[in-house]
Amino acid sequence: MILVVAAVAVWIGAWAFNGWLANGRLSGLASVRLAVPLIFGATVIVVWELIVRGLQVPPVILPPPSTIVGAFFGNFGILWPDFVQTFAKGALGGYVIGCGSALLTAILVDRYDFLRRGLLPVGNFMAALPIVGTAPILVMWFGFDWQSKAAVVVVMVFFPMLVNTVAGLRDTSAMQRDLMRTYGASYWQTLFKLRFPAALPFIFNGLKIATTLALIGAIVAEFFGSPTRGLGFRISTSVGTLALDMVWAVIVVAALTGTAFYGAVAWLERRMTFWHPSQRK
Amino acid sequence: MNQPVISASHLDLTFQTNDGPVHALRDVSLEIGKGEFVSFIGPSGCGKTTFLRCIAGLEEPTGGTLTVNGLSPDAARRSRAYGYVFQAAGLYPWRTIGGNIRLPLEIMGFSKEEQAERVRRTLELVDLAGFEKKFPWQLSGGMQQRASIARALAFDADILLMDEPFGALDEIVRDRLNEELLKLWDRTGKTIGFVTHSIPEAVYLSTKIVVMSPRPGRITDVIESTLPRERPLDIRDSAEFIAIAHRVRDGLRAGHIDD
Amino acid sequence: MKALGPILAVVAAIIALWYAAAVPMNIQEVLTQAERAGAVVEPEGAMNRRDVSRFALVLRNADHLGESWSMERARLPAPHQVIKELWASTWDEEVNGRRGIVKSGSLSNRSLIYHGSITLGATIVGFLIGSGLGILLAVGIVHSKTMDMSVMPWAIVSQTIPIVALAPMIIVVLYSIGVEGLLPKAVISAYLSFFPVVVGMVKGLRSPDAMQTDLLRTYNASKPQAFWMLRLPASVPYLFASLKIGIAASLVGAIVGELPVQRGGLGARMLGGSYYGQTEQLWAALLFAAAMAAILVWLIGWIEGKTLRRMGVTP
Repeated sequence: MILVVAAVAVWIGAWAFNGWLANGRLSGLASVRLAVPLIFGATVIVVWELIVRGLQVPPVILPPPSTIVGAFFGNFGILWPDFVQTFAKGALGGYVIGCGSALLTAILVDRYDFLRRGLLPVGNFMAALPIVGTAPILVMWFGFDWQSKAAVVVVMVFFPMLVNTVAGLRDTSAMQRDLMRTYGASYWQTLFKLRFPAALPFIFNGLKIATTLALIGAIVAEFFGSPTRGLGFRISTSVGTLALDMVWAVIVVAALTGTAFYGAVAWLERRMTFWHPSQRK
Repeated sequence: MNQPVISASHLDLTFQTNDGPVHALRDVSLEIGKGEFVSFIGPSGCGKTTFLRCIAGLEEPTGGTLTVNGLSPDAARRSRAYGYVFQAAGLYPWRTIGGNIRLPLEIMGFSKEEQAERVRRTLELVDLAGFEKKFPWQLSGGMQQRASIARALAFDADILLMDEPFGALDEIVRDRLNEELLKLWDRTGKTIGFVTHSIPEAVYLSTKIVVMSPRPGRITDVIESTLPRERPLDIRDSAEFIAIAHRVRDGLRAGHIDD
Repeated sequence: MKALGPILAVVAAIIALWYAAAVPMNIQEVLTQAERAGAVVEPEGAMNRRDVSRFALVLRNADHLGESWSMERARLPAPHQVIKELWASTWDEEVNGRRGIVKSGSLSNRSLIYHGSITLGATIVGFLIGSGLGILLAVGIVHSKTMDMSVMPWAIVSQTIPIVALAPMIIVVLYSIGVEGLLPKAVISAYLSFFPVVVGMVKGLRSPDAMQTDLLRTYNASKPQAFWMLRLPASVPYLFASLKIGIAASLVGAIVGELPVQRGGLGARMLGGSYYGQTEQLWAALLFAAAMAAILVWLIGWIEGKTLRRMGVTP
């Protein structure tokens, strides 16, 4: 009971503190902008710990954060091969193949207007569908191992990436294209010197969306069938045995992977599109 | 004049739009000789930009003939006969100023040493020496437009086509750039086609002023300027200047009689 | 209509490719069946064929390919097979089936309409909860600086986290405390649509430029007035864009939520189809889910159109 009271006190106190930080004179500082969400996140974890322990919530419902951390470090030996299987092989492999082929297809679509008018509406349509549903079919074709997961990822990232890249390639003004004509530039010269660099912001938008889709695709595909490895596999089997602390540990791995993957692409974006107004704030 | 550089004869251009045909150019005939500075002036829709684009091979006339350097405009375009300067500088933000000037040189296949030499030379010509490594967004509007002119000069085309290049700049910068453009013209001896809205600008810069009017786009008057080649800015207050400006204004008004 | 031509051409090309691909995909089974029926196949014996490439098998046995598009449990069922199964498990089952709605008064538990309605129920309930809460949180974020600085970074970060990984756990935990049926799946659907709606709505509520907000300040407009008269109308396009993403995510959530505890629904049907090798069933369920997704997104677009027109924004 004391713990519950403490939890309420911590919540109110932290919120008040954050309120003082956010509304005060210091709110413009970069360090404060970083601190406020971190304080909020830390508060959530502390309150979680206190409430779960205070109300004696059974661990099969919701384990406290301390147990999860323990499970994370304790099971590192299992979690690492799971991570490699799901991310390094499945998600990353599918990401590279999917985004790469989408880029090449986008160039084809850009070159031939007929393809653009036909493929793009179909592509937009496909991008909205529950592609995860193709997972069981792809497992049937490519087997249980990482190749089928990569295949699911390819299908999931292809269309959003295609749509974004085509939009980017078309984003040049008539004036810019006229300038290229005054130089007597060929199609390929115009493509590589003007349209491709101009399309980079759009391409990166697609690449960032694709990072999330890749991880989701790889994990959900494993729900449909997997060898005895993989984050999705670990989740479904641990859920089956009600080892929820392990499930949460896997979720932590997935969360860290997702954020790091996205962050890496965003970092690359900042370096390669430094010239774009959105990056120059 | 001996062989004209640009020769238009009964040029016609009709656009088909949803609201019916638009006669952008009707029966336009003009000859531009080597080394001339020709301004095109008129209200919106008079066809001055369209005519410039026809010369550049960016638009296809529907009637009449047009030759540039004795070739069809398209052939002239492919032989890189002219440099084009648009209203907006249109520099690539992902390239430095130097990189932007190198753009046409890369496309046309100049060697690396040649490229470096030409970048250096043209930047000096437009008074931007030392800005080679800067990015376009680090420069003011006037400087960006100067870089755009440098880009058009880099590959030594004999003809320079400029479509209201100083329209987006303030008057003080504009005056300065007008002076610099005249000095440039004097030094390089290029043939220049210049589209503008501004009467003083047209009279100040040109050896020949072509007054056009809209609906349909046509030439109302061609004025051979009597001003000397050496022109300080205060020539704009001289009687001769004002007389020519009056004639331009009359030509513009004549085109508006039908309004 | 001019726009339809290329689209039809692309769709026709896809269908043609599908038929063509079915031949090498199904070749192993086709040849096994042909052999059993007495034909001479090259090479003989299923064992010997296992290591030969599919394309080689197709080329060597060109006259035994007839069955490729009518195999049961094919690796790649042909389009007409899938359509047949779709028909059989929707209209046909309900109208003519023993347990269909015509003969028994309730939806047959073998029909895709039944399973689709289960998934649809969870999707819609979850979507409404998720987007409703998302809109509320967005309003809070835009009006409270504390909330903005504390919660918004997490909302953005959460988009990079595969939240769907939580689905099995949520299902099992809720089941163990007695919450069954539609609600656990709706929770997952709500969760998946929540963050996209928050991020999109915040962007929309903040979209009016400084000039517009300054104008309202010169009228001494109160915060609620600025909200109802400027921010909310300005946010409508952004809201609908994220609602489309949200409903697609809700559908995925409902389907994934049906995997751990299979009590009906399209996800359970797909999993069942893959376990028992009923590939036509799998494909039919997948197409049904795809059609549902398309219809739901289209519906939101239609509502958006009507809303924008009522607001005076001509499409």
